[in-house]
Amino acid sequence: MDRAARRELIVKWIAKQLQHGQLVNLGIGMPTMVANHIPEGVNIILQSENGFLGLGAAPEPHEVDPDVTNAGAQHVTILPGGACFDSATSFAIIRGGRLDVTVLGALEVDELGNLANWMVPGKIVPGMGGAMDLTVGAKKVIVAMEHTTKDGKAKILPQCTLPLTAQQEVDLIVTDMGVIEVTPQGLVLKEIAPGVTVEEVVAATAAKLTIHPELKEMTA
Amino acid sequence: MQKRVSIEEALTHVRDGMTIMVGGFLGVGSPEKLIDALVQKGVKDLTLICNDTAFVDRGVGKMVVAHQFRKIIASHIGTNAETGRQMNAGETEVELVPQGTLAERIRCGGAGLGGFYTPTGVGTVVADGKETREFNGRQYLLELPLRADVALVKAYKADEAGNLIYRRSARNFNPLMAMAADLVIAEVDNIVPTGEIDQDHVMTPGIFVNYLVKEDA
Repeated sequence: MDRAARRELIVKWIAKQLQHGQLVNLGIGMPTMVANHIPEGVNIILQSENGFLGLGAAPEPHEVDPDVTNAGAQHVTILPGGACFDSATSFAIIRGGRLDVTVLGALEVDELGNLANWMVPGKIVPGMGGAMDLTVGAKKVIVAMEHTTKDGKAKILPQCTLPLTAQQEVDLIVTDMGVIEVTPQGLVLKEIAPGVTVEEVVAATAAKLTIHPELKEMTA
Repeated sequence: MQKRVSIEEALTHVRDGMTIMVGGFLGVGSPEKLIDALVQKGVKDLTLICNDTAFVDRGVGKMVVAHQFRKIIASHIGTNAETGRQMNAGETEVELVPQGTLAERIRCGGAGLGGFYTPTGVGTVVADGKETREFNGRQYLLELPLRADVALVKAYKADEAGNLIYRRSARNFNPLMAMAADLVIAEVDNIVPTGEIDQDHVMTPGIFVNYLVKEDA
């Protein structure tokens, strides 16, 4: 699989997990692509942290409204039944326990479910934006990322080395090599990507990995 | 009191060294005409409170490029390379605050509260130097309110009494900031006679707004 196909496997797999009626917030980048693969007949409500519910697809060029953008400043639409509000209300929704799922990218994740995704000291310091609130507030935190860095270094570690976004909040790690659940007993490989061996996943993971006895193939 | 004034007159209240809040999320819902006029005016050593520093050619990003801030309090600076450059060069102090915490600190500042406890940031560098406290078995951080000398907000519509209506995702931090500053200047697209906005549709009551400026005025 090329890189695009591997990324598509990740987002399609996550899209399949979302359930009818759930309120979901998708992070910038690969997580945003999840919205394009929601199965037919499943209606979820997407929140845009900059202040509305009912996030819809990109508009046709002649329908662009400069006052309707997503958290990445891209032009989007608001679906019928949507609602707009201020930033305090937006984060009351996030922190207040209304959000069923958030999907976020990661620089590092560790055995305890700690997440680092907002800065690399001395290199890039973009800021955390809404990521700390989303990770703490959502009922389920799904990390969507490529299994290793571009140079092949492990991103799933015994302990994060970068400044944390949140402590022990990650529930599921979905990568191009498999699906890993964060449990009180540590990380459990539950599904494995097609064409990948368990030995390859273990080698690409610095953290200790338990293999689920009923390991399944990860299908898009 | 006549609230509608010229941009120049409104901005006589923004002086060197002040703390200002500016509405907008990546420039959407930012008062661009007021920002352009502040760049022109050249006020400096300001402390900025804003969600982000937008882009080099949009929103408060233009004031970053003009070196008008001594300190920036924001949740995100990644879309404006100049902010990061000034931070790394030690030219501008940057305090990064989680977005929900930033919104709530501003809301608290406007609501007369002494602070609040949030679970956001527990176990991270955000918690450094802050009181933590357990409620119902969960850890929380004490976060303190934010206020400003002047808030610059952008609304879609105002009446002459200063009642404001925002539009779509351009609302964001604007109504919170309009409550958390000693002086509030609203840049608006439309001004209608008092009474033409339905009382139930008002998002920011006019008592919070000192001056109205219209984009093409």
